[in-house]
Amino acid sequence: MGINDVILKTVAKAVVLIILTFGIYLFLSGHNSPGGGFVGGLVLASAFVLMFLSYDTETVKDAIPIDFKKLSAFGVLLAVLSGLGPLLFGQNFLAQSFDYFNLPIFGKTEIATVLIFEAGIALTVVGVVVNIILSISEDE
Amino acid sequence: MHLLIFSILLPFLTAALIPLIRRRIGDFNIGWLVLFIPVLLFGFFASQIPLVSSRETLLSSIEWIPSLGINFTAYLDGLSLIMALLITGVGSLVVLYSIYYLSPTDSFPHFYAYLLLFMGAMLGVVLSDNLMVLYVFWELTSISSFLLIAFWYHRKNSRYGAQKSLLITVFGGFAMFAGFLMLYAMTGTLSIQETAAVMGQLTEHALFYPAMFLILLGAFTKSAQFPFHIWLPDAMEAPTPVSAYLHSATMVKAGIYLVARFTPIFGGTSAWFWTITIVGLITLFWGAFCAIRQTDLKALLAYSTISQLGLIMSLLGMGSAALHYGNTEAGALYGLAIFAALFHLVNHSTFKGALFMVVGIIDHQVGTRDIRRLGGLMTLLPVTFTFAVIGSFSMAGLPLLNGFLSKEMFFTASLNAASMPGLFSTSWGWLIPVIAWLASVLTFIYAMIIVFRTFLGNHDSKAVEKRPVEPPIGMLISPAILSILIVGLFFAPNLLGDHLLKPALEQLLPGISGASPDSIYAWHGVNAELLMTIGIVLIGSVLFITFDRWKGIFKIQPAGWTFNALYNYALTSSENAASFVTRSYMTGRLHQYFFYILLFFVVSTGGTLLLSDALSISFVQDAPISIYELMLVIVMIITAISILFTRSRLSAILMNGVLGYSISIFFVLFRAPDLALTQLVIETVTTALFLLCFNYLPEWKREPLPKRKKARNAVLAIAGGLVITLTGLSVNSIDLFETISSYFQNSYELAGGQNIVNSILGDFRALDTMLEGLVLFIAGIGVYTLIRLKLKKEAGTDGD
Repeated sequence: MGINDVILKTVAKAVVLIILTFGIYLFLSGHNSPGGGFVGGLVLASAFVLMFLSYDTETVKDAIPIDFKKLSAFGVLLAVLSGLGPLLFGQNFLAQSFDYFNLPIFGKTEIATVLIFEAGIALTVVGVVVNIILSISEDE
Repeated sequence: MHLLIFSILLPFLTAALIPLIRRRIGDFNIGWLVLFIPVLLFGFFASQIPLVSSRETLLSSIEWIPSLGINFTAYLDGLSLIMALLITGVGSLVVLYSIYYLSPTDSFPHFYAYLLLFMGAMLGVVLSDNLMVLYVFWELTSISSFLLIAFWYHRKNSRYGAQKSLLITVFGGFAMFAGFLMLYAMTGTLSIQETAAVMGQLTEHALFYPAMFLILLGAFTKSAQFPFHIWLPDAMEAPTPVSAYLHSATMVKAGIYLVARFTPIFGGTSAWFWTITIVGLITLFWGAFCAIRQTDLKALLAYSTISQLGLIMSLLGMGSAALHYGNTEAGALYGLAIFAALFHLVNHSTFKGALFMVVGIIDHQVGTRDIRRLGGLMTLLPVTFTFAVIGSFSMAGLPLLNGFLSKEMFFTASLNAASMPGLFSTSWGWLIPVIAWLASVLTFIYAMIIVFRTFLGNHDSKAVEKRPVEPPIGMLISPAILSILIVGLFFAPNLLGDHLLKPALEQLLPGISGASPDSIYAWHGVNAELLMTIGIVLIGSVLFITFDRWKGIFKIQPAGWTFNALYNYALTSSENAASFVTRSYMTGRLHQYFFYILLFFVVSTGGTLLLSDALSISFVQDAPISIYELMLVIVMIITAISILFTRSRLSAILMNGVLGYSISIFFVLFRAPDLALTQLVIETVTTALFLLCFNYLPEWKREPLPKRKKARNAVLAIAGGLVITLTGLSVNSIDLFETISSYFQNSYELAGGQNIVNSILGDFRALDTMLEGLVLFIAGIGVYTLIRLKLKKEAGTDGD
């Protein structure tokens, strides 16, 4: 990008943190309140987009050494493989299950296998969106 | 017992492992490791011989897609066992031979991975009882054949031959697939055994003959029957071990196998009888006729293979008559033809395999396969010469070799077929033995050409590049084993007949006893068959010696009037037509693409809406419109209209964003927080994307369109909006189905989640979500590749 804007950069530093936290919150809370893997992934991706907009791509790439192509592939793989798990227990492909556990600090907590699946979707979304934006911005 | 299924999968598993182990073993030839697989499998199948010869079968089934009746069912009977032994037996010999044949610069891992892929697919074809599974393996053999023909892909001819074989065999495969579906429609089962059991009552069914012809099309293309034989000579561009294995011993026999396998289903009808017999006889004659004029030894063998496949095919046709006569004397008489077909199937694999290996040795040691440059190799390659004599003379049907036995049976069968009582009688029946005899004379001539033109005469050392010496011993082992089999089968044919051929025959001709001979004899006394053979030797010798005087006969056929020319013409004209059609609408102009998309949408959706009388608008169930909603709608309408009149791209993008955010406010008003959230974030990300692309877009200017086109676009745009609006209103007004929302209300009990939207996405309809993720991923990779491709192109060729 190469836009030299001190205010944008300073604000971005703080805002990116907030957006990332919000994205993770959305991802985790999707089971019972608004949110979920897709939106969570999109919000996370928008945090990365903000970084790329306010700093140049090289700086961000050095700071976050993630290959987003591989991240998206990993996400898809995770989503597909999470569907194979239930087959081991004689269930249908992609069948999800859940149960309630008493954890030390959180108290009675629900743990659902859908979390793995949603994580796969979220990673796919992050990977694909950032990858597309990076590809286009590098096309000079 | 799932060992049978495992035997099909073993070659695939090994092929998958080859890329992993090849890095570990350095210089060691991977072929030795691969050799282990067919030898092991051969041992396994050989150990099943006692079981099959005691008239038992082996069945092993795993449910695959039970809801569609598709089970992975492996079925081993006499016929499958003969084929499986050929596949693994010849496979072992070919792998051993190829270790010495390939040059160190060739990619061994690729070669053996393809070869194993083929072996597994071919075993799958002959062992599958389920039609769908059989079809999948059938196409896999075509694909692995394609890969192996194009093994030396830097050669133009290899690529041409590979494409040709793929186009023709896959075309046949598709036809066969349609035939299978028709069979399923008739019988309701995909199992071949069950189909054969119920087919007797269905001969009057409307689909009976279409299914038969479509399946035969698959068999004829695969087994290179006239006029689909043209792919086989071009397939000779493959390395010689591949030609010996796929294109003479196994894959081209898949069509024969299919015809034999379907004989109990379709056999006994006159259409089946005549189609296969006539096609087989034409192929037999035409293949032999073309073989004589070849100057390339491999091309000669290719045509001879076509001819021999025609012979086996015609025998299967003649033998199918037995099912018409049933368990009578006539039935047993004609059933002999199928016995002869199975016998010749085995014999052909032995002598043709040996001959291909001999030609491979000549090519490898001398450097050419051109008959005109070869000669006098007898003293230089005495061992190879011995194998060539044994193979060729067996093919010619001379005594003391296995070809003699099956050739005599072929004559018996053709004489029997000439005079059939009842349904099959015709005044043209005498033609069958005549064509059989003529083709055998031609066969004799080209068998002599192989031996005498290559090995006798004068050796012209200037015409060849290398000084020929015998190849390494490893290359001679495989043809030696085949040669021993050729002689051995002459002296002990009943070993094969009793243990394999008879059980196979009894399954193909159920309920007909006495079709197979008590035992196979070489000497029947002086009868018509023996006289025919003597005539072949006498007349064939005369014709061979005087070959130079009558070879002008080949000029009768005009040069442009070949099936190859027809194939090439069809290929180029279909390519031209396809690119003409594509170029006519792929103009590279975005607004034209939008025009197509919108037009298609308006016509298909709007048309359906009108034709099915679905248009109905009622506001009865609607809630009252609040003041907020009204204000939002007005804002959106104003924004949408003003986009049309903006003069800068930036403001257009921003106003588009206003539209998107307004929609998310609507979602908030309608208590859909998930949708609102998603819409908000998507709008943000896409606007950012838009701004990124901003720099690369061409200058914003109005397209100078003529008035008529402008009006046309306007009409289409309004129609598009109208269709969407009307569809939305109609959907809201009609209750076609019972509402399913009550089911999702239980999401907390069923999925443990209070957020219904996410329970649907992640649990109830998780498969949809998974596939959408996959689509998104593919789209992302697509964008990346397109942009990378463009960058590379610019770096490489400085743009276009």
